[in-house]
Amino acid sequence: MGDAERAATAEIDLKGESGPIVEFKDVTITFDVKPVLEGISFAVERAQTLIILGPAGCGKSVLLKLANGLLRPDSGSIRIFGQEITTMRERELFALRAHIGMVFQESALFDSLTVEDNVAYRLHEERVSEDEAHNRVVEALKFVELEQAIEKFPAELSGGMRRRVSIARAIITGPDLILYDSPTGGLDPITSTTIIELVMKQRDVSHTTSLVVTHRLQDAFTMATHRFDAEKGMVPLPKDGPDRGIDTGTKFLVLNEGGIKFHGTTEELVRSEDPWIKEYLG
Amino acid sequence: MPFKSPEEYAKQTIAAVQEYSILCWTAITDLFSAPRYWADIFTQMDSIGVGSMPIIILTGFFTGCVLALQSATALTEFGAVSKTGSLVSLSMVKELGPVLTGLMVSGRNAAGMASELGSMKVTEQIDAMRALGTDPMRKLVVPRLVATVFMLFFLTIIADAFGIGGGALMSVAILGLNGSSYLHDSYRGLVHGDIVQGLTKPLFSGFIIATVGCYCGLKTTGGTQGVGRATTQAVVVSSVFIIIVDLLVTRMMIGIFGS
Repeated sequence: MGDAERAATAEIDLKGESGPIVEFKDVTITFDVKPVLEGISFAVERAQTLIILGPAGCGKSVLLKLANGLLRPDSGSIRIFGQEITTMRERELFALRAHIGMVFQESALFDSLTVEDNVAYRLHEERVSEDEAHNRVVEALKFVELEQAIEKFPAELSGGMRRRVSIARAIITGPDLILYDSPTGGLDPITSTTIIELVMKQRDVSHTTSLVVTHRLQDAFTMATHRFDAEKGMVPLPKDGPDRGIDTGTKFLVLNEGGIKFHGTTEELVRSEDPWIKEYLG
Repeated sequence: MPFKSPEEYAKQTIAAVQEYSILCWTAITDLFSAPRYWADIFTQMDSIGVGSMPIIILTGFFTGCVLALQSATALTEFGAVSKTGSLVSLSMVKELGPVLTGLMVSGRNAAGMASELGSMKVTEQIDAMRALGTDPMRKLVVPRLVATVFMLFFLTIIADAFGIGGGALMSVAILGLNGSSYLHDSYRGLVHGDIVQGLTKPLFSGFIIATVGCYCGLKTTGGTQGVGRATTQAVVVSSVFIIIVDLLVTRMMIGIFGS
């Protein structure tokens, strides 16, 4: 099968309604001699948000990079939009990544480019006209409430602003899957809340499937118990509602020492009897 | 720093040679297919070519000056001081021009490439580029390779010209030779094979500078300290490679042209 055919197949599968968007089956990856992730299996359905928790160094960021094909596993299967990505060539992965947005841990903005060029990077690669690219950049920057910084360079921005630019860059093409790698890492609590509100806004406005890596439990539970309101911003879900104040589309995956400690809903997580989970949440 | 076992060292060396070979092969094959980043190629040409001109002009000029002074001392003993022009032009065009230009550009640009790409690697900008659907090989390596090979060729010609010019200045001002006869002797001393030999070497040197600089940058690990290590490694390895390849090309050219 040629590149064009494979790309076309990917396009068809993206539009399919059935099957999980992300599916890991028995995935193992080893750096040097130590397995970083071992026997990882889980699936994320369309419009679902999976919050990945775990202590530092447990393989959360590695898991996201595997999901985007930036790393290849030693064994196991990873299917994104129904496509097996572990056997894909890099060129085929580039086509698939057009449907995936990624927010990196330290923003990973191109420091030689302005905010506008950073956010429009993918549009420039796709040869979108300058006028259209500019309009879409302004729209994306309005979404993250940062349109005034359009001409600045990343070095002139604060950590929170950089993270917001990174989110704008990830969402500008309206991806079908967004991977957030510690979007609030290293930020103060107020800025973290702003970023979480943006993640939630993307979840509730665009209903985009997302994987959110975080080590901050308060951010994770805020996402699970709040929703975005266009007028009021972030509001708690009513406790007397049908879902008892919990977002049913948000699930948790807890990693420890390269393995899955927990995978399930918010309620199952807080009621878990596992001593390690209890101590971790404690 | 812990000592590595010989087995570990051998494995790492072989893996590095393999990775470097793959990078070179991929860069060459990517030259012949789209997408091509012309804007990046021209930016790199400006940075590598125009940016290196001052050091190349100074290096070439003063090398020519010293060469004329040093060779005149020896040539005087044989009563052949009038052959200074021929000796300077032959030395500059066949050997010193290409090698010194290669070494100077290596020090300036291989280091620049390694530190720039290394910084991008440790701040995840390379991963971000891949995540945004851009092949870093095409966007970062190929433009640097094309620009270095292309511009080093012309930088070598400039270094040769200024070297011969520097030799002329010394010959006229200090050795008291006739300027016209110096230049005439310089021109007559060169044959077609000398020019071909002198202008083949920068093609190889340019390839070495770009690929070693990019390889060291893209393999950077260990934060800012790693960037410093990659930069040093890029300059050392590319300089040594340039001198080794210079020997091989010289031998090959002697085989082809006979001198």
